[in-house]
Amino acid sequence: MNFDKELDARGLNCPLPILRAKKALGEVTSGQVLKILSTDPGSVKDFAAFAKQTGNELLSTAEAGGEFTFFMKKK
Amino acid sequence: MDTKKMAIIATKGTLDWAYPPFILASTAAALGYETQIFFTFYGLQLLRKDLSVLKVSPLGNPGMPMKMPFGPKWFKSINWNMPNAIQAIIPGYENVATALMKQTIANNGVASIPELRELCQEAEVKFIACQMTVELFGFAHSDFIDGLEYGGAATFFEFAGETDVCLFI
Repeated sequence: MNFDKELDARGLNCPLPILRAKKALGEVTSGQVLKILSTDPGSVKDFAAFAKQTGNELLSTAEAGGEFTFFMKKK
Repeated sequence: MDTKKMAIIATKGTLDWAYPPFILASTAAALGYETQIFFTFYGLQLLRKDLSVLKVSPLGNPGMPMKMPFGPKWFKSINWNMPNAIQAIIPGYENVATALMKQTIANNGVASIPELRELCQEAEVKFIACQMTVELFGFAHSDFIDGLEYGGAATFFEFAGETDVCLFI
């Protein structure tokens, strides 16, 4: 998937992946896509909840070898 | 849509209990909440310029696992809890427990308290210090970080009365 910015939140734990994502979303424009890498299993539910509450769209969530990849489109 | 609001009363002044208010406030701010924390009694310690005053004590805290932050997995899984009477007579036991907890926190990619507090400030979480307890405990405003408001219960209710989430920690 194409993306405009990448955030490496691997090794970070709650609530840092969310806080870093919020900051990174502030650095892209509306409609642009942020790719997020995370190793925190709690971030799967958290990014879904974050998207639901902020109106940013979670385009996809994938897991491979304990690593999670999210694509989020800025509102 | 109106902005959601959250108010927290932070009353605990130990390293472990410093986490919930700062985690929830920074996350709420990231979700778009207008957020305020009212620090009272021991919670005032969370506003000190020098956060090394925050310790964790396993004494009289049966829910706290005492595990080592280093070594092989089998070693890290051992629980070193010991009777209160013994903990109480070992000098520096609290400092050792605090150092071990800070190491565990760092090993797990969990933010430090100074970092979380700064993230709250960056996200414009409003900090209010209870003026009554500042005086009660003999603190001076210069003991605390800049950018605080000082007020009392009525100040808290002015904002808390309009919140969607209101927590006592």
